Amino acid sequence: MCSGRVDLEFILRAFANGHDGVFIGGCRLNECNYVTQGNYDALANTLLCRKIMANIGINPERLKIEFMNSSDGIRLAEAVNAFTRKVKELGPIGTDEGNDKKTLKFKLEAARKLVPYIRLVERERLRAPVKSEEAYKKFYASDEVNRLFNELVIDKLAISQIISLLNEKPLSTGEISRALGLNQSEVSRHLNSSSRQGLVRYDESQKRFATA
Amino acid sequence: MDCIEGEEGDFKVTLIKKPRYIIEEKCTGCTTCVEYCPVLYPDQFNQEISDNKAVHIFFSQAIPLVTYIDESCLYLKEKKCMICKGVCKNNAIDFSQKPEQVKLNVGAIVLSLGLEPFDPRIRDEYGYGRMKNVVTSMDYERLLSSTGPYTGEVLRASDKKHPRKIAWIQCVGSRRVTPGNNSYCSAVCCTYTQKQVILTKDHDSDAECTIFHNDIRSYGKDFERYFQRAEKLPGVRFIRSYASIVREDPDTKNIFIRYADADEGVIEQEFEMVVLSVGLTPPADVKSLAEKFGIELNSHGFCKAFPSNPVKTTRAGIFASGNFQGPTDIPESVFTASGAGAQCGELLNYRRGKLSKEKTYPPEKDVSQEEPRIGVFVCHCGANIGSVVNVPSVVEYSLTLPNVVHAQEQLFSCATNSAMEISDIIKEKGLNRVVVAACSPRTLEPLFRDTLLEAGINQYYFEMANIREHDSWVHSKEKEDATEKAKDIVRMSVARACFLEPLEEFDLPVNKTALVVGGGVAGMTCALSIARQGHNVCLVEKEKELGGAARKIHYTLEGMDVQAYLKNLIKEIYRHPSIHVYHDAAIIDVTGYVGNFITTVKSDRGVTEIKHGAAVLATGAEEYSPKEYLYGKDDKVLTQLELEERIIKEDERIINSRSLVMIQCVGCRNEDRNYCARICCGHAVKNSLKLKEKNPDMDIYILFRDMRTYGFREDFYREASNKDVKFIRYDTENQPQVESVEEGGAGILRINVADPILGDRIAIDADTLVLSAAVIPSTGTDDIAGLFKVTLSPDGFFKEAHAKLKPVEFATDGVYLCGMAQYPKHIPEAISQAYGAASRVLTLLSRDTVTASGAICEVKQNDCVSCGACITACTYGAIEFIDTKKGRKAWVNPVLCKGDGLCNTKCPTGAITLKHFTDEELLSQIDAAMPHALSN
Repeated sequence: MCSGRVDLEFILRAFANGHDGVFIGGCRLNECNYVTQGNYDALANTLLCRKIMANIGINPERLKIEFMNSSDGIRLAEAVNAFTRKVKELGPIGTDEGNDKKTLKFKLEAARKLVPYIRLVERERLRAPVKSEEAYKKFYASDEVNRLFNELVIDKLAISQIISLLNEKPLSTGEISRALGLNQSEVSRHLNSSSRQGLVRYDESQKRFATA
Repeated sequence: MDCIEGEEGDFKVTLIKKPRYIIEEKCTGCTTCVEYCPVLYPDQFNQEISDNKAVHIFFSQAIPLVTYIDESCLYLKEKKCMICKGVCKNNAIDFSQKPEQVKLNVGAIVLSLGLEPFDPRIRDEYGYGRMKNVVTSMDYERLLSSTGPYTGEVLRASDKKHPRKIAWIQCVGSRRVTPGNNSYCSAVCCTYTQKQVILTKDHDSDAECTIFHNDIRSYGKDFERYFQRAEKLPGVRFIRSYASIVREDPDTKNIFIRYADADEGVIEQEFEMVVLSVGLTPPADVKSLAEKFGIELNSHGFCKAFPSNPVKTTRAGIFASGNFQGPTDIPESVFTASGAGAQCGELLNYRRGKLSKEKTYPPEKDVSQEEPRIGVFVCHCGANIGSVVNVPSVVEYSLTLPNVVHAQEQLFSCATNSAMEISDIIKEKGLNRVVVAACSPRTLEPLFRDTLLEAGINQYYFEMANIREHDSWVHSKEKEDATEKAKDIVRMSVARACFLEPLEEFDLPVNKTALVVGGGVAGMTCALSIARQGHNVCLVEKEKELGGAARKIHYTLEGMDVQAYLKNLIKEIYRHPSIHVYHDAAIIDVTGYVGNFITTVKSDRGVTEIKHGAAVLATGAEEYSPKEYLYGKDDKVLTQLELEERIIKEDERIINSRSLVMIQCVGCRNEDRNYCARICCGHAVKNSLKLKEKNPDMDIYILFRDMRTYGFREDFYREASNKDVKFIRYDTENQPQVESVEEGGAGILRINVADPILGDRIAIDADTLVLSAAVIPSTGTDDIAGLFKVTLSPDGFFKEAHAKLKPVEFATDGVYLCGMAQYPKHIPEAISQAYGAASRVLTLLSRDTVTASGAICEVKQNDCVSCGACITACTYGAIEFIDTKKGRKAWVNPVLCKGDGLCNTKCPTGAITLKHFTDEELLSQIDAAMPHALSN
């Protein structure tokens, strides 16, 4: 099993379980023992996941990837110690970002549901062209990718959260906006597009939105 | 060994087996006897620094892992005590044992007699034995080890305190001609010292390490980078100076060392500990052993070697490997051992497989429909785990976990008796899953899987919880937390074990032909050895003629006539009926996998498809064409290979040169090529000796950075120096300058170099300038690597599967390597390595089948949406579309899949699954990591 097998879902699940940090160890870049260079996939996954985390209110520094080989014992120890210190500094998950446990779980669940979709998006639009650590980091931090990410993933993430909320009970735009910390106009935009796609409907009797 | 009779193919050897006073079959290695033994005796394995008991296990990885009683035993000395006999529950102690005679009838003998570290007591100047805080590098090695005298703490003998200021003195016993010392270079000390420095800094980041050295001989693969790593550490000083131990402070027992500094002259400095980097000497008692075996030794007391076959001894049928051939590092020891194996194979091939028996297992029970019944075995690993983790508490905890029906502790789960115990308990308690909480699965998973097979359940029902490398070894000072962590790890493993599935492994047929790429010395030697062991070999050479780089080499330092040797070797290749040579060849395509490759070759035979089971890549290396020092611009500037050619042709201009300068390290040990080309120092010494032989009046200057004439080559370096070849050291800040000048109407070369001894720049006028140009990978090495799906090291040479332990294998199954394509090397080294590769090839080709793992990917066709994401993710080309009744669906070729699981993270529908690492299995482990998450 390669570090590239570490799925977005695994990471999100660990956070949802209440882990305060996730550390991924992979082989050194360009020193793949095979020919797959799958550690680059792990890097891409990590950088994508950090974007998602930032969006749902989890400090991206809670996710760390380090690359090392079997003789890098010292490097591993240093990396793990540094990361442990960092996570301790940040405190239990949610504390620094002001999210309570329930909200966090809810948001992570919404993100988890998007994983299959994110895989498609990654393959079509969000794959770095050059295999180098620098190029990957630059690519995922670029304006172009940020724009694509917001367009392709963040909106879907908001809609996924809205639908999860509505699955529990019908809600008004204001209530949704408060629950998710999004502004009302954004919520309205998502509700409009979702009702066009037949995902939600407006319940006249309750004056609230509900799932279709 | 008592005596030996007979000859090659039929030796009768008589051995005397000393009594161990322990019945091996009965001893479980529990060490209760050790606990009760009243005799404290200096521990031989720990360099007599700490004590052990008269009854003890030699060291923690000993095989067999059982105790023995040594001569310090009270009963053996005075017929008293016998406490051990009383406490042994297995009645394993037997004082009536007598020396036993064992007679063996064998066809061949391999002598791996090893080495003895140099004993510095021989020379009083080293202070060893006189001064308590002077230790040898072997002592220090044990001090650093977690199984060492102070369980990994470096302590001074005088006051049991941590030394902060530590000095290493290099070349102790080596490179010295004074009586008692050895004239040769021990070849390994520079790098082992760097390792010790790195480990010391790892133990204590404030430690100040000073290394007094002569040349730094980082001539091995990746050693140059390793040296740079050690050198860059804060608080580490490498000082190029002879150093002498002056005195010991009577109160502090600190040691004073005197050395010379380029700027400040002679300096005396105080150290809290001094490590003598002792050299390697022949095994103890080597003379009488050599006499008994009837083999000759060289002048240094190591095995007398033949440059054309370093594995051979002077007696037919007896081979030598490892350090008995002379000081060698681990990779050489490993491949000379394999090489000795290959030559035994050539000799005894007609009997191959005659004594082997097929292992049979009981029929596999189908337990897939049963509820999981998990057994947890928690290993003490002697003290490795047990002294940190509270093992009984982990056992108790395991019993509270869901589906665990049995849990127990074991001293060493890997011991034969413990593995048998696991197998028995599986049967007795009807276990259908087993978790062993011990060490890394990398080493022992195969053993425990075999244990499950013995018990009649599928081997993939085994799960290993690593509570040693991941726990006890890293948390030795946090015992309670380590115990909690062990529980976490076990809980995670148990959770995963519930979801494990029985998997099937595939047996694939093995094509018995080998393909050897490259017809140089290494390729030909390897091809010949494989053919002599009964296999067809296709030898592919890109040139019109065989011979490779050796065609340009005429003599070696040891006096080998390379061209005569080569001519003979080529003749043997052409004469061998099982070797098929393809000249002028290029490899166009390689498909297939271990045991079943198909390689398309375009050659003088046209385009041919070769079917083969194994491939050896021996594509060699070439000389760098310098851009430095007027090379190509002035015809008085040559490379070493060109010089050799001119010497052989008796070129008068060269031989009559009044003055000749050689510059070392041209094109390597720099930013472009951060490695040492290993062979150039030897070549420079070799050619200068040859020139001195032809024209003793010639002034020869060798401008060097470090002379790396490792091993016995040191004697030739000394000889050159004695013959007045002048060695001038330069460093990278002060590279030599070369200019072409007119002097007395004739053009000469003027070489400017800073002399560190004179402290001044000197100008040397030379008729000839010879550049020791780097050795670089052959053109096309990248393409070959791509075709065979093997990897390259940062310097562009082939990368072996493991630098030390798998030096002739690639990580890609069925593909092997040897010769200079792996790294520059001298001809005898290339020959040894070629035999080593042949031996590894035989371990594959001598089998009828190879087994492919069960942990590979599989597609749930109903879920597949034919998007092809998995196909683009797979570098092995293991996934393809096939037509099914439901349309085109992805399909995994189980033979090509290596089980990395990248495709799993790309599939939008979760249709493709890596078996044994399924989402279900991994998520269950993630969930179990947080016990509270399970409840809410």
